[in-house]
Amino acid sequence: MQDRRFPTGGRIDRGQPLAFRFNGKEYTGFSGDTLASALLANNVRLTARSFKYHRPRGIVGSGPEEPATLVELDGRHASANQAATTVRLEDGMAARSVNCWPSPGLDVGAVNQLFAGLIPAGFYYKTFKWPGWHLYEPTIRKAAGLAGAPEAPPLDGHFEAVHAHADVLVVGAGPAGLMAALVAGRAGRRVFLADERIEAGGSLLDRRLEIAGRPALDWVAESVAELETMPNVTHLQDASAWAYREHNCLMVNERSLVNSTVLERNWRVRAGRVILATGAIERGLVFPQNDRPGVMLASAAQAYVNRFAVKPGERTVVFANNDSAYGVASDLRASGIDVAAIVDSRDVIPDFARNFAGDIPIRAGAVVVGVRGRRAVRGVAVAERDGRGAEKIDCDLLLHSGGWNPTVHLFSQSRGRLRYDDSLATFVPDEAVQACASVGGAAGELSLASALRTGAEAAAKATGTKIPDLPAATEESYSIAPLWHVDAPGAKGKAFLDIQNDVTVDDVRLALIEGYDSVEHVKRYTTGGMGFDQGKTGNVNIVGTIARQKGVPLQDVGTTTFRPPYTPVSFGAIGGIREESVVLPYRHTPVTRWNLDRGAFMYEAGARWRRPGYFPCGDEMFQETVNRECRAVRECVGVYDGSPLGKFELKGRDVDRFLDHIYTNLMSTLKPGQCRYGLMLTEDGLILDDGVAMRLGEHRWLVSTSTAHADTVHGHMDELLQTQFPDWNVHVTPVTSQWNNATVCGPKAREVVAALDTDIDLSPEELPFMRFADGHVAGLPARVVRVSFTGELSFEINVAPRHMRDLWERIMEAGEPFGIEPVGSEASHVLRVEKGFLSLGHEVDGTVDAHDLGMGWIMSKKKGDYVGKRSVELRRRGNAIRRELVGLLPVDPNVQIPEGAPLTPGGETRPTEGLVTACVWSVVLDRWVALALLENGQSRHGETVHVRLKNATVAADVMAPVFYDPEGRKMRS
Amino acid sequence: MMLIPCPFCGHRSESEFAYGGPVKPDRPDPHTTSDEDWVEYLTTVPNPLGPVQERWWHVKGCGTWLTIWRDTRTHDIVEGPGDAG
Repeated sequence: MQDRRFPTGGRIDRGQPLAFRFNGKEYTGFSGDTLASALLANNVRLTARSFKYHRPRGIVGSGPEEPATLVELDGRHASANQAATTVRLEDGMAARSVNCWPSPGLDVGAVNQLFAGLIPAGFYYKTFKWPGWHLYEPTIRKAAGLAGAPEAPPLDGHFEAVHAHADVLVVGAGPAGLMAALVAGRAGRRVFLADERIEAGGSLLDRRLEIAGRPALDWVAESVAELETMPNVTHLQDASAWAYREHNCLMVNERSLVNSTVLERNWRVRAGRVILATGAIERGLVFPQNDRPGVMLASAAQAYVNRFAVKPGERTVVFANNDSAYGVASDLRASGIDVAAIVDSRDVIPDFARNFAGDIPIRAGAVVVGVRGRRAVRGVAVAERDGRGAEKIDCDLLLHSGGWNPTVHLFSQSRGRLRYDDSLATFVPDEAVQACASVGGAAGELSLASALRTGAEAAAKATGTKIPDLPAATEESYSIAPLWHVDAPGAKGKAFLDIQNDVTVDDVRLALIEGYDSVEHVKRYTTGGMGFDQGKTGNVNIVGTIARQKGVPLQDVGTTTFRPPYTPVSFGAIGGIREESVVLPYRHTPVTRWNLDRGAFMYEAGARWRRPGYFPCGDEMFQETVNRECRAVRECVGVYDGSPLGKFELKGRDVDRFLDHIYTNLMSTLKPGQCRYGLMLTEDGLILDDGVAMRLGEHRWLVSTSTAHADTVHGHMDELLQTQFPDWNVHVTPVTSQWNNATVCGPKAREVVAALDTDIDLSPEELPFMRFADGHVAGLPARVVRVSFTGELSFEINVAPRHMRDLWERIMEAGEPFGIEPVGSEASHVLRVEKGFLSLGHEVDGTVDAHDLGMGWIMSKKKGDYVGKRSVELRRRGNAIRRELVGLLPVDPNVQIPEGAPLTPGGETRPTEGLVTACVWSVVLDRWVALALLENGQSRHGETVHVRLKNATVAADVMAPVFYDPEGRKMRS
Repeated sequence: MMLIPCPFCGHRSESEFAYGGPVKPDRPDPHTTSDEDWVEYLTTVPNPLGPVQERWWHVKGCGTWLTIWRDTRTHDIVEGPGDAG
């Protein structure tokens, strides 16, 4: 029963009824409704409970300024803490009030009201101090009871983010914005017009005004139709510009898309010029019990009557300090609502306003000193400002207007400064810093005629065109006498400055008394203006209250900083489709499919490469699988996919000296066909990466890097070449994806590669360790490199990616008689630990240098200079105690030590002397072995040290960090 | 999000670039410089309130390392003092 709906009028479609639920009850509204207008149409007045005191609340506003009624939406609309006034009603929608349990009518937390006097500003901070606020915060937050985030991602649909470019971006499609878009659009510029409401028109939707002698909405419809014909204009409705960032980049969040699989779309618009036609928001008046359900902003009531054809009450009192509320009273009376009185705090009321009032009784110089009715307004108490002439007026609706605040949020985010304007009693845009202009209500131009004029002027200026003839419109006048809060004698009870966060005049006074002097401190101490509404109706009253209390002008108090977002935005919209798997897709090699078919357990192994961890067979346990793969490599033969290793081809006359500069060891002495293992440092002497450099020709090299650091090394080389050595002739080409490789390793590796049918001589004399040869393997063009990361005889067979899968299958086939096994990352890790080969991220952690790792030999003494040389020398000069790489054998061979476990002297609770960097089950020693960084470790071989675990200590013997083939005979064989 | 002028690609969004840090003085000759000067070069990064010269890498574009002057107070890209380009 929509018993508060007028039979005709409004911007709703009575042909499209929509069923919805609110707090479990069924209602209907119409297409074009917001949740708030539909609730009012159903005469639901008590819609919320307040944040701190759980006071009953109703609907206060009609747009993003709504401070009182927050809802949580369920089902496919699931989202939290939405203002009911901005939720577009949809069929089947289910909403709940956020801050009450079990319902706003019967709210258990309302008991807080009894103790309200004991909960002043800063109460929680002062009371819950010991031992720390963070201990109490979760419970208090829960009691405060705002809605939680939805627990699951949306079931259907996704978020989207797109870029757009515009010559002129117009924010707001009210009279000023539409006029600006028309002028810029007609000039042929790329125009982007975004407006937060469901349909264009802005304040014209809420009011009964005329343009060119006809209803203003006719002009709106014609303007929208004209914009539609312009291919250079993008016009979005239900799209909020919520952030104004540097260099004229604005964020626009579009909802209600035609394509319903897109939940929200976030536009990042880069604009040549920005025209801010964001309008103005009415602020409330501050008087005792100004938060009761049925106390509403005057402009909101006007919107409900005109735009939604909803009767917000039967009998109303209007309380104002300015002229705009008189037009509201006139509209309401014309719709058959009884306006009992206009209470105006001003002594003198302009004739312009009086003419609107007609025969409505006006009480000049009077204020509302109290409201009767707890769960709904039943009447108001009115008195003159000095307390005399008190009277009670019965009503079920109290409208109030404290003046208009230009919506300066975006302007202020753009770093534009604000100025307090005495005639408007509010802050208006002053000088712009970025290329933007404020027009219409956003510039404090509150009349329709001036909105059209300033919109046209700004667009003409932005496009260098002539200002067109403007349609005729009323030049309403507007005057105001500021009233920051009512303090007439007899005015008792809580008077709210910030209705959402329950901040009263007394709270602000207390904050000032306690020394929170600046407006920013008052905000944080009282939380005034920190709600979801960001104080859109209350902040200027807080500034006024501070100014009054301190006896200084408002300009000197200033405003708090406006920060994005202007209105709440879902995280989903900010993220767009940049969900992890899309932003950082996994990288695969051509063998992935084969790995999966083989039943490999896949995971990420550095730089988003998805690699096989191990290849389980039958009902093997994890360790059995790893042992089987390791044994294959040590005893016969294994093969692994080394494709992810970073690879860069360097060409040019100066590659020699460049490599000598970035590696610690000498590379330029290599001859074509030779490779050398090398170490790269950063300029501060820490290890950047290790890898192998191959000389392909006189001026042509191939550099391989670790998988994880390929991008870092690329950046490092590019930066040096472009910024330090721009005249050096070196060209770097990343070829990581152009070369794939399968590495055959193990004592039988040579036989397997030979069985593949190759024209390369594989004998140790022709192709020794650290050499490579180009030719064919299995009929495929290939480069075979003798490097080893396992300590076994290895042939790294490099081919083009299109041949990789073919090569892989041929290797498995040829290797079958030799017992070949595919080897995953886990077994590779075991094999390298057995050999004591370092791994970045394990042994190299940003503190160790090559000497600590026992690799002092790699730090060239022949070269005068290379990256990091000076820093390593400097750091080592002090003879400071270093943590050095050692091998550990747990005294009990069957005890595994967790990686990262600390070593302490004697296993006691003392400062650590090192840590375990890796611990694996060695298949060659048949026991657990570990690598560790230990203070002065290189001179402590033979000692017993202790690993300190939570409930135990593990004794281990220190030895050299190599457990297998220390002379390296196998890999050289 | 800033709009950064790339000498090859024109003005492009900041998201295409990787930050390369403020421009330090030239690398001192490690053979002749004092320990103090070397440490100073390594560890002291210019951090002015106002224009700072810094490098950006157009890593998601043409790969150019470029140098701009940026005002740390406003993010405005400005002409550097005596900046030749």
